[in-house]
Parts: sequence; structure tokens; C-alpha cells
Amino acid sequence: MPRISVTVDGIRYDEEVEPRLLLVHLLRDRLGKTGTPIGCDTSNCGACTVLLDGRSAKSCSILAVQADGCDIVTIEGLSTDGTWHPMQRAFHEEHALQCGYCTPGMILAAIDLLHDDPDPSEETIREGLEGNLCRCTGYCTIVRAVRRGAREMSRDQEGAATS
Amino acid sequence: MIPASFDYVRASSLDEALATLREHGEEAKVLAGGQSLLPLLRLRLAYPGTLVDLGRVEELRGVADRGDHVLIGAMTTHYEVVTSPVVREHCPLVALATATVADPAVRHRGTFGGSLAHADPAGDLPAVARALDMEFVARSPEGERVIPAADFFLDYLETALDPGEILTGVRVPKLGPGWGFHYEKFHRTAQAWAIVGVAAAVRRSGGAVEEARVALTNMGPVPVRAIGVEQAVRGADPGANGALRAAAERADEDTDPPSDLHARPDYRRHLARVLTRRALLAAAGAA
Amino acid sequence: MTEQLDAGVAAWQIKESDVLDGREVGRARRRKEDARLVTGRTQWTDNIQLPGMLHVAFLRSPMAHARITRVDTSVARTQPGVVAVFSGADFAAEQGSLPCVWPVSEDIVIPDHPPMAVTEVRYVGEAVACVVATDRYKAADALDAIEVDYEPLDAVTDMTSALDEGGPKVHEAGNKAFTWTFAQGDIEAAFRDAAVRVERTFVQQRLIPSAMEPRAVVAQTDGDAFTLHSSTQIPHILRVMLALTTGIPEHKLRVVAPDVGGGFGSKLQVTAEEVLCLLITRRLGRPVKWTESRSEGNLTVHHGRDQLQRISVAADADGRIRGVKVDLLADMGAYLMLVTPGVPLLGAFMYSGVYKMDAYDFTCTGVFTTKVPTDAYRGAGRPEATFAIERMVDELAAELGMDPIELRRRNWIRHGEFPYTTVCGLTYDSGNYEAATDRALALFGYDRLRAEQADRRAREDPVQLGIGVSTYTEMCGLAPSRVLGSLSYGAGGWEHASVRVLPTGKVEVVTGTSPHGQGHETAWSQIVADALGVPFEDVAVLHGDTSSSYKGMDTYGSRSLVVGGVAVVQACEKVKEKARQVAAHLMEASPDDIEFSRGEFRVRGTGTSRTIQEIALATFAAHDLPDGFEPRLDADATFDPDNFSFPHGTHLCAVEVDTETGATRIRSYVAVDDVGNVVNPLIVEGQVHGGIAQGIAQALFEEAVHDADGNLLTTTMADYLLPSAADLPAYTTDRTETPATTNPLGVKGVGEAGTIASTPAVVNAVVDALRPYGVRDVPMPCTPERVWRALGQARTPQRTDGGLS
Repeated sequence: MPRISVTVDGIRYDEEVEPRLLLVHLLRDRLGKTGTPIGCDTSNCGACTVLLDGRSAKSCSILAVQADGCDIVTIEGLSTDGTWHPMQRAFHEEHALQCGYCTPGMILAAIDLLHDDPDPSEETIREGLEGNLCRCTGYCTIVRAVRRGAREMSRDQEGAATS
Repeated sequence: MIPASFDYVRASSLDEALATLREHGEEAKVLAGGQSLLPLLRLRLAYPGTLVDLGRVEELRGVADRGDHVLIGAMTTHYEVVTSPVVREHCPLVALATATVADPAVRHRGTFGGSLAHADPAGDLPAVARALDMEFVARSPEGERVIPAADFFLDYLETALDPGEILTGVRVPKLGPGWGFHYEKFHRTAQAWAIVGVAAAVRRSGGAVEEARVALTNMGPVPVRAIGVEQAVRGADPGANGALRAAAERADEDTDPPSDLHARPDYRRHLARVLTRRALLAAAGAA
Repeated sequence: MTEQLDAGVAAWQIKESDVLDGREVGRARRRKEDARLVTGRTQWTDNIQLPGMLHVAFLRSPMAHARITRVDTSVARTQPGVVAVFSGADFAAEQGSLPCVWPVSEDIVIPDHPPMAVTEVRYVGEAVACVVATDRYKAADALDAIEVDYEPLDAVTDMTSALDEGGPKVHEAGNKAFTWTFAQGDIEAAFRDAAVRVERTFVQQRLIPSAMEPRAVVAQTDGDAFTLHSSTQIPHILRVMLALTTGIPEHKLRVVAPDVGGGFGSKLQVTAEEVLCLLITRRLGRPVKWTESRSEGNLTVHHGRDQLQRISVAADADGRIRGVKVDLLADMGAYLMLVTPGVPLLGAFMYSGVYKMDAYDFTCTGVFTTKVPTDAYRGAGRPEATFAIERMVDELAAELGMDPIELRRRNWIRHGEFPYTTVCGLTYDSGNYEAATDRALALFGYDRLRAEQADRRAREDPVQLGIGVSTYTEMCGLAPSRVLGSLSYGAGGWEHASVRVLPTGKVEVVTGTSPHGQGHETAWSQIVADALGVPFEDVAVLHGDTSSSYKGMDTYGSRSLVVGGVAVVQACEKVKEKARQVAAHLMEASPDDIEFSRGEFRVRGTGTSRTIQEIALATFAAHDLPDGFEPRLDADATFDPDNFSFPHGTHLCAVEVDTETGATRIRSYVAVDDVGNVVNPLIVEGQVHGGIAQGIAQALFEEAVHDADGNLLTTTMADYLLPSAADLPAYTTDRTETPATTNPLGVKGVGEAGTIASTPAVVNAVVDALRPYGVRDVPMPCTPERVWRALGQARTPQRTDGGLS
């Protein structure tokens, strides 16, 4: 069996994996990273979205072997020292979740879309989240949350730059 | 769902990938970004014996300006294509259409070559390949050959690539100055496949259309070049009422649109005509 | 941009800091639930890993209807990691029949429904065998090694032809499950005397509820008792039903609904997989887990809607509605599941909507087909009824050449007329249709949009504008047990709560509701904080585990707040009364002289007081309590309402229709809902938004499609199109507040209102845009192709080959 090495939420794991093992099953079943859920089998829903080497990826559509050597951030790795990421705070503040099943993927997809546009319009946000389905919120509060998160992230960055 | 078992070889070079493919024969399948293949594996609609992963073959990745054409490495991701300054400058139609492929996370992993070699007629890139007369560079242990787009797509999910042959890159001819572009995609939800798509490039001279290239997504088992439209639109004035409409009426000539869950053929034919007119107008800068 | 987004922001500002006179109820509290959900510290059923746990995978029928002639599991048993393989025959003696608790008529046909098929399969996806293996991959692999021989039987896919004599039968007893009728007033006279009669047939397409979390079950036993974790809305009902089905005594069975990722009715069910996982763990003595894949779920989770509605309305020339006649075919699918036959009945009383009329006549026939059973999906019966009447009022308005809003005004129950007993015999306790409608019209800019519509029509713009309205009401808050009994439902509609006051004055609330996204932990905390005067943060809410919450009727039918929340209030009242006794004793005063306010018991007219926390500690110590006082403040309450809850509102939708392609785009959407008093406006807004989204999805996007052989074609999310953020508009929402008079909180249900209201508003808008072309209806979902075909048919009326299926 291939041997792989991945870093997940800052911790390095060396694992022997069947080639067919999906990255999301490596995370959930082997590493106990159950914060990342599975919502479909055709890469439509985006619930399993993680950041792979910094960019959003659907962990149900990647083999664990393909992620060898990669750095992965899941929803569980976003907080630092117990302090929520601004996007986590924004989702809470704007009531951008109900059942919460899509939330990990939605938050990571939202953070990803700010890489390309730190001050996105409503349209950019909606299109940027087209690969993440939510059945509870109707999306308006998610759009609000992403805008709030974006504002807070740029404020944090300005703060960091001037301090 | 869960894929069936397979063997896995991660190639570190193109030569190694070719050698592995030859060794495993028909049972082997190439894994590019996996964004089309993984769902098929999970639904157990594909049972490859061996997957040859090109993910670490660096020589297949990247965009290069080659003078009269742009060479896009087969393993270049959609995201890299969309954000490439070279692509945006010299083949904007490729950037436009690629930006509509699936969703951002899929575009981070999915590859330009993988998408074209998958040859799904509902995919957005095959029509663009036809419209721009791209050339497909394929390698086998015997050497390299170049396949014109017109000869590349053979049937539904079937290309001119031989088993044991790997698509290494795609040459996108630079059309030169004076061209306008548009990709008109019609789908029911943002992440759904195109019911019909139209890739259009138009060059005007003194107002009138001098030359146009039009190709259609999902109007048959392979992408279709709308030759009738291209001929009819020559000399038309996009600003004149109805000038492009008549040409666009020929969009569904020689097409064989599928009947499926999302549309029936007569509707697809109608859409092809309407969307072709709109794509021509947009590409001509007259929309 | 800012302007554009603001259109989607609630008209009222939602600030948590807005403290309302010190009260928690009404405050936009951010949710307690979020902490675990935004950080991934969730407990979905599939997260559970137990020592020695085995994984179950089901082999499912590839045929819609067939006899099983042979199942050979011998090769599968020898596969690596396989612990056991079972077919239906292995369970035949012990698996019982999946329950249907709503036998709507005396002569209803309730076919035997084995959790695993033994001799015959009746829909694609029905379980025929299963593998139990050491991991989920090995379990999936061994499925390929099971051999099943089928003898194909005819599929039955069309409700109308299913009722033809002599056709293929789903069950021996025939394809008719029941016919249920209901009539009030003189319908013959109403139609005979009416100046205008309009008749239409509407198709409520089959929908797949698509909760984001696929189902999962974990079952375990210690050799004596059993624990079942399931992604369910109904742990309490499930416990009773599983005990009755499997013979495991109720007190030996604990059911837990951990974090549940949405339900929308789809997890209001007793499923084959829950029963079978219990049986497997009983046989093997090891914990087992089954987790559904999405494509498996599309085949096997019960579907929603699927009704064929023939409806006629009779009215006077001035628009006054005289009567409504409804003839319904409801697709049951292959079996009757938990409340399958009751779903159309939940709509039966709502076809009069917000309107007054003289007579009503309703007939519903439940039909078996070889498809996965239908059952509750968000709104369950009421969206169908509301769609039909709201579409018909628009059709009637068109027939009369009258503005659809004006026609509604002429017919609806006026504010001064409440409480009002409708033609269907329901008593609507309160409402103000005028206020909600006026507010919605103002927010929408109705006149401006009508002017734009006229302009586009005059210009023959290829993009036409349509305006749709829906003035809905619905009955929810299930429900008065007596009424449910009169409708032959197998259980009551009460709800239970208990309140435990801990020694430090913190409070634990145990609720019988079972939230899966609704925010009960937050809302119940607000209610308790006000009732007992304790801080919001000092309240914990326990739910979803029958070992801690032993009594409950769970969450569905927008019942949790209006029934379960009221039970919490009543339990708090009892706690307060006990605390008053202790306070009076400690302060040497008469209980009658004790005033309670904001957590403090005060002797009237003095400065002497005790806080509830002090009382809690004193009660814990129990050193100095009134004679005979049981040393605890804890109390519980079971509330059974006298009436349903009747939220209402006005939704307005503007849709642009591209008449060349048939594409539709929602330009603006305004919803003004009246759900009575509001405990948490943030949560209410969220429910409304999500409801609207699902209602729009039925109108425009979603449809479960089968081929003639009964194969589901929409098995994945690539084919069953759920709208994403990019496909839906921003919503402008506002509220009017007309308190309910039937419960002490003055609240009405909100979980389903948005879904019920929005579908007709959207379709009315699409049809309104196309009316000048002669279009009178577009079947749902109004896909671009259907819009285009409707236009084509209207333009060339002689054509009949449109084939809008």
C-alpha cells in the first residue's frame, strides 16, 4: 500500500493507504477529523470542502494518495488558540447556518474566494459559492456573513500591517 | 459511495507514465485532476485496473507563449488557465469558457487537458477547442503527434487518443488583433452542465463581420463547428437589426442534439439558434 | 452593490444588543448551537466510532417491480473482512412490517412492508440483502458478490392509469389505497348559481427532500439493552415504533438523535435501515453503522409531494368566491410509510386558504405506484393546497379582468372577523391579512413594477416581467390530540418539557422536541430566562436522547415552539410556584404577598427579597423548607393545544421571463409574514428565508423524474438540481405581529410558512409574465424548456405534441 505524508491542521501524519481511499475518509475515519462531513458522491454539494495547499478542494473527489505531501486545513484547524477565525465569527453573527452540515465547507469556500477578491460584491460571493449547497438558509445570511467576514479579515490585516 | 479497488502508480515523469501505461495496457487509465473521474469511480461507473497519476509530472503543467500559439500543458488546472496573463491576453475565449467550468473548488483541481480528453460533449472546453482550431499534442513511446481539434473528438467520451497515448498539451492558435469573443452557456443552475453552449469569435472590419468562428456545446456526441453560421454571417453588420439573426438560424444545421433529462432535441435546436445570435452579438461587441 | 445587498436585508434591523426592556423573548440572540457547528466539533451520527464496530452496506433492487426468485450470498460471505451477509429471508421471521400510523379511512389498504424485501420488490432501491463487514470499503465491495435473480413484473408509474381496471398491480389488493372525502355547504348550488367557473389541473411534482446530511444509523447492544443513534427528527416516536416493530421492549431501547443535519420531513420516518441495523446488532452482538450515500438516499429516502390536483372555483361576477371543488390523486409510492396517507389530509382543510366561501368539496384518492414511498416534506399537504388555491385566485382574476390583489381583498377574512370559522371548519384564531398585504405592497413597489410590466408588454420586449402574489395561511403546530384522533392519526400532538433547577441556580430544560437546525437550545433558553428571571447563559437545553428526554413528540409540522415551547413555559410556571412557597417561608410571609419579577421574589411593600438562585440553594440544602414541601423546584409539563396555529402572510415575486429561451430570473422577492409574537427574530428570519428557497426550488428547479420502467433518473445532485447561492435572489422580509390567542406566548409556527407561501407566488409571476401570449399555466418546475413549450403551445393552439410531461 502506498505510504503518504500529509499535514492536517498543523499536524503531520504518515499513513499507509489503499489507493482508492478518498481524502475525506482518510480525514474522518483514520485521522478522526470528523468536522469535515460528506454530503454527496458527485462533488456537487461542497460539504467536504477543505483547503488543500491553501485553496479550496472537495475532499470527496480527491484520493488520499493524491494529497501526499500536501498541507490541508479543515474547519477544525481554523481557530487559533481557541479564537475563531473572522469568517467563523461572521457566520455566527449573521445566523448563516441552521443545521450546520454545509457550514464547514461553506466557511472554507468563503475564505477561499477572498483570495481572489478580498472585497467581493454580492454577485461575486454568490458565484464563488456555487459549488456549496445549503438547504436551510436560503443563502442570504451566508452572503451577509461572507461580506462581514471579508470586512473583518481586511481590518485584521490592516491592523497587522500597521502594528 | 466508494470506489472499487485499483492499483496506483504516481508517475514522476512523462516517460515513466507512458511506460506504465504500456505495461498495464487497456486496464490502465490516466488520472489527471480527477474531478470527472472520481465521481465515476465512486458511483462504480468506472473500474480501472490501474490509475496512472500525472499529478506530479511537472513538465505537463503551465502556460507558455510560443509565438504564433499558446501552449497549455495538459495538467494545467482550470484555475491556472483562467488566471494566466498569457491566456487572458492571447486566448480570452479560453479564459471565458474555462471560468464557467463547474465551480471554484473543482477548477482548483480539474485540468485543462483532463477536461478535453474526457470529451464530454456537455463540457465547455471541447466547443472552444473546435472554435479556435486548437491542436492536441499527444505522446506515446513511439513519439509525438499533433491532432487537430476537428479530428480529436470521435464520439461521446471518445477521442482520437490511442490507449497508451497521453495528451501532453494543447496548442491554442493566437487569432491576432481585431477579434472579439464570447462563450454563451445556458444551464439550469450555476453548477449544472450546459444544456447548450456557444463559443464564438468574431472579427470585424469596418463594422461588418469579416470572419467568425462558432462552435456548439452539447449539440451532439461531439462538439460541432457551426460552419453554416460562419459562412452566412460574413459581411453582416452586427449593428443592423436582424442581420445576425438570419445567420444564427443556421446554428443547428448538421447537429444531432441529445434527448435527456435536461432538454429534448427540438428545444436544444431552438436554443442553439437563439444563443448563437447572442454569442455573435456579444463577440462582435454589439450586444 | 450596497444597495443591491440591502434589498435582501430584513426590513427590521437585527441587532443582538437591542435589549427589549430587559426581556429575552423578542431579542435577536445569536445561537448557542453555533459554537460546535462553526468549529467542526459536531456529532453527526456518521462520526461515531465504537470499538469493534462493523459497517453495513445494502444491496438494493435495480428493478421497480419484480419477484425475487433467488438470493445467493455464499460467495459474498467469503470476501475479505465480511462478517455476515443477510437476505430478506434471514430476517423474515423477526423484521415485522414498517409502520403506518395514519390509516385515514376504515377501508384503507395498508400492505405489509418488510424492511428487507423477501419475495417481491416494488421500487428501485428497495433493500434485498446486506453485507456486514469490518470497514465500509469492504462492505461495499462484497455487495458485488451477492447474486440475486429477479423475475420482472410490470412497473406502475402513472397514477391515472394505475387506477384502470385490469392493469398491473403493485399489491394484490389493487392500486387504490383509499378514498377520503370531505364536504361542507351546498357545493352544487354554489357552482350552479355562480357567474364564473374556472377549472384547472395542477401537477405537484415529486420532490426529493435532500437534507444536507445523508441518513446514518449506529446500533449497539450490551446483550440486554439496545442503543440506536440515528439521523432522525423523531427519536421518541422512533423508540415506540421500533419497540413495536422489533419486539425489543421499549424500556430496553434508547434512541438518540445527535447532531442532525436537516430533515424537512425526510427524517420524520421509521426506516428500514433503522430496523435492520437493530436486528443485525441483536444477531451479531457487535455495534454496527450504516451511512447512506447521496445517490442511495435519492433512491430510498421518502419523497415528497407528487399529487395530481383537479380544482374548480365558482365565483360571482364581482369576484366573490362561492365554492371550491378539489379532486386529488396522491401518489403513495409502493408502500404506506409513517404518515404517507395523512399528507394530503393535512392539505384538505387548507384549500379555502384565507378566503370566505359558501361551500367546499374535497375528494382524495391515494394511489400505489412502483416508486419509493412519499411522505412528509416541508409543509406536507399544505403547500399543495395553498399552491392550488393561490394559483386559482390568479386564474379567476384573469378570467374576471381584475387585479389579483383586489380580488383577494374582496374575498379574504377581514381583520375584524377573527376568530373566524372557515368553510372547512377550522377556527382561525387571529390574523391581519390587510396589514401584511399593505406592508408587502409598499416594500415591493407594486405599482412601479406593474408600470414596468405594462411598458415591456407595450414594447414587446423579449424579456417580459411577471408579478406573482400569494396571500397564504396554513395550519401547523401539530396539534390538538383530539383533532388528530378524529382524523384517525395513531398518536397525540402534545409536547413535554421538564425544568430542573440546579443547586447553583443554573437551569436545565429537557424538551421533547428534537431540533435539527431550528435553534431550540437558543430559543428555549430565551423563554426560560424570561420565565424564571435567570440569565440566558445559565440555561442549558437537553434534547434528542430518550434516556434524558424520556417523553416527547419530536419536531415536525412547525410544532416545536407552539407546542413544545409552551410546555416549557408551563413547566417554568410550576417551578416558579414552588419557589414562591420557599421564598414565602424563608421571608416569613404569606405566599400571596410574594411578588415575582426578573428572578426576584419580593414581599409586597417591603424591601425584603430573595433571588431565585438563593431559593435554589436553600431548596438544595433543604434545611428550612415549608412543612411537607418536597425538596425540589423541578417541574414538568405536558401541553396539548386546543387548536392549530395559523400563521399567514403576503409574498410578492417579480420574475423576468426571457421569452426566447424560456429562462426565468427572480428580480425581487418580498415576504411579509405574520407568525404572531417572535421569540428570536433572527431565527424566524432564517426559517422564512430557507422556506422561501425551498418553495422557489419547487417552482423552478427540482423534480424527481422516473422513466417508464420506474427507474429514478435523478439519482445524484448532478441531475436533481438543488439551487445554489448563485441561483437564488435576495429576499426582502418583514413581519406583522398579530399574536395567536390560543397559546400564552402568542406565537405561531414558522418552519413551513415560507415554503408554503413562495411556490405559488413564483409560478403566478411566471404565468403573469406570459399571459399576454395566451399562456394560462406552466407546469412545475417551470424550467426554461417548459416555459418555451408553454409559449409555443399558446401561440399555436392547434399543436398538441408539446408533450409537457
